[in-house]
Amino acid sequence: MQRYSFAGGIHPDYNKGKTSSKKIEKLPYEIGETLTIPITQHLGAPSKELVKKKDLVKIGDKIASASGLISSSLHSPCSGEVEGVVLAPHPIMGNVPSIRIRINELSEDYTKLELTGSFQDTVAEAGIVGLGGATFPSHVKLSPPKKVDYLIVNGVECEPFLTCDHRLMLEYTEEILLGAILIKEKLGINELIIGIEDNKMDAVESFQKLVGKYQFTLVPLHTKYPQGGEKQLIYATTGRVVPEGKLPLDVGVIVHNVGTCKAIFEAFSLHKPLYERVVTVTGAVKEPKNLLVKIGTPISKLIEYCGGPVGDIEKIVIGGPMTGFAASSLDTPVMKGTGGVILFRKEDINSGKKVNCVRCGRCVEACPMGLVPALMEQFSIQEQYEKLIDWHVVNCIECGCCSYVCPSKRPLVGYFKTAKRQVINILRQRGKK
Amino acid sequence: MKEKLLVTFSPHIRDEITTSKIMLYVVYALLPAVLVSIYFFGFYAIKTYILTIGFTLFFEYLFLKIRGREITLYDNSALVTAILLAMNLPANSPWWLIAIGSFIAIVVGKQVYGGLGQNPFNPALVARVFLLISWPAQMTAWIEPHPISKGFFYDAVSTATPLGSAKAEIIANGKIINEYSDIFQYAIGYMSGSLGEISAIAIVIGGLYLLWKRIITWHIPLSYLIGFFIVLLPYWLIYPEKTLNPLVHLTTGGLMLGIFFMATDMVTSPVNKKGQIIFGIGCGVLTAVIRVWGSYPEGVSFAILIMNAFVPLIDYYMRPKSFGEVSNEK
Repeated sequence: MQRYSFAGGIHPDYNKGKTSSKKIEKLPYEIGETLTIPITQHLGAPSKELVKKKDLVKIGDKIASASGLISSSLHSPCSGEVEGVVLAPHPIMGNVPSIRIRINELSEDYTKLELTGSFQDTVAEAGIVGLGGATFPSHVKLSPPKKVDYLIVNGVECEPFLTCDHRLMLEYTEEILLGAILIKEKLGINELIIGIEDNKMDAVESFQKLVGKYQFTLVPLHTKYPQGGEKQLIYATTGRVVPEGKLPLDVGVIVHNVGTCKAIFEAFSLHKPLYERVVTVTGAVKEPKNLLVKIGTPISKLIEYCGGPVGDIEKIVIGGPMTGFAASSLDTPVMKGTGGVILFRKEDINSGKKVNCVRCGRCVEACPMGLVPALMEQFSIQEQYEKLIDWHVVNCIECGCCSYVCPSKRPLVGYFKTAKRQVINILRQRGKK
Repeated sequence: MKEKLLVTFSPHIRDEITTSKIMLYVVYALLPAVLVSIYFFGFYAIKTYILTIGFTLFFEYLFLKIRGREITLYDNSALVTAILLAMNLPANSPWWLIAIGSFIAIVVGKQVYGGLGQNPFNPALVARVFLLISWPAQMTAWIEPHPISKGFFYDAVSTATPLGSAKAEIIANGKIINEYSDIFQYAIGYMSGSLGEISAIAIVIGGLYLLWKRIITWHIPLSYLIGFFIVLLPYWLIYPEKTLNPLVHLTTGGLMLGIFFMATDMVTSPVNKKGQIIFGIGCGVLTAVIRVWGSYPEGVSFAILIMNAFVPLIDYYMRPKSFGEVSNEK
């Protein structure tokens, strides 16, 4: 039962034209440059570093291992000498311990993964996390406790500005598909669905060419943000509704981003761990590009390679403009979840002045989860967490539609992000009793 | 590049629409009706608009100053209140009536609750009802329309509104005696009444503009109409001598202004669509009940104010079901 869309959502200016036709370029490096790899790049526990100062590492060498089930490994993105563990700016968590490596050799040969152990073990060993931005360790998602009916490959890329997934779908169509088919076969999933928004028809056509060769269903979806949200995508492609507080697995679905599928393909067929990714550098830069970047590269290098900024830059966003994080420093390194680096001038963001809510109800219309942000905002400000539970704040997916449409420029989703942490703590404690 | 980068919550892009722009669009939408009222009431209309806008903005400024708040006249909300209040007054209202009305609208109707967006009742209607109850004579001192083509300044001749005289006949004789069938005249606004009550066509044009600009949606206007006719139509079919023809009801009095500009005031109406439909039907039913059985000829302002009081309740009980909602254990 395909619905091709969902209720609510918004149509922002997509601004993808600047980079959608630009081939992925490999960012060049020089001997002597340093890369800084934070040990927390994923959801869950930080990785445990395995190297110390003065150690020599090769590309692909494991430099940090998972600590616990929900955690991930890290691999060296370059051949070089470890300079030590330093603090590096992280877009979400302030300064975090990071392994700094100075490049001493430019060879592209990498230390190959040893494919021992189970499918899930290899995915974990390769350091693969959700590359759509959420960075949830993939092996956890790939260990379903029950039967899975659908594997959905998320090629929606509904975030404005970003084109990294779009380019991957055009340039690595078959690799993505083979990665997905591998998951499907290993987990015995019945059906493979690829969902792509209909503003990327060239990507749809690329997959269309492979329809006879492999078995999968291709679903072009209406272009609307947040079409790529897991719950929205599942509803649009299968008609299934993920209940509040539950995971896609609970309705027999697994969703993986196209980049993740490609990474899984590379881990198994090329024995390559995850140490680089495609990043869209766009907005107010001279030459916007899609770049293949080593994890740990400071964003300043990406901006410089794209010809530098245009005008007076007010804000740099890591990730997409709707859910990404504002960087506080140009030294912020590219991480596994970094899909984009977007430069904004003051005139590019309709920031405006915050005024009182006039109850226009635009946020209620826009909310893809059917919530009432206008009223929930008051509860959040007054810290009425019990009320927020009644109004289902837990169901908020933090997509930012409410803040986007608000004519009074109120930071609605910001309030909910903060309040949700409190509410989840309250619910957890209640569960313990 | 700047030394310090701006760090805020996501999203980092925002829609172009602002609250001041929304209010400005409402002002634009009111312009056709304003022009028609100036056409029919000439100098008197202009005097009333200027005085109301002047007093209202003055009180808004004064009380923001007293409250120690930022002066937010740029949000245009006081301007909208001013024009709506002027539209609720007879054309040659005395200056002191306008001053009191402006004070009630801005201070009692809005600022005491905390200013923009915080007031439970439509400020212009609070002022209108207060004036109507306190100074009934001045608030029903209607003058005859006098098209501008026949002169800008003229001597005011007092008269009654169609709704008012029909009501008087019903109260005196138990039925309507005169004929009220000049629907075309009523629709273009060639009749007496408050400034904003006169031209239904001009109001509808403004309403369509708001719908086109997506400032309002069809939910409240349509449900208001439906609610009104659910009560009025059967009553008229059974007792045609005891109430006016529904088309006359539509084109006279404040019904059109209420439907498109008063009931749809976003601050004082429910935030979600289901709630808005209930709110609209409630407004419509109450308007018809007051017009048919009440002693006032007009019921729009009372109906909307009563429904305004139900908005928190409607918002609470009409909460939309969340996507994949699981009921909370208590």
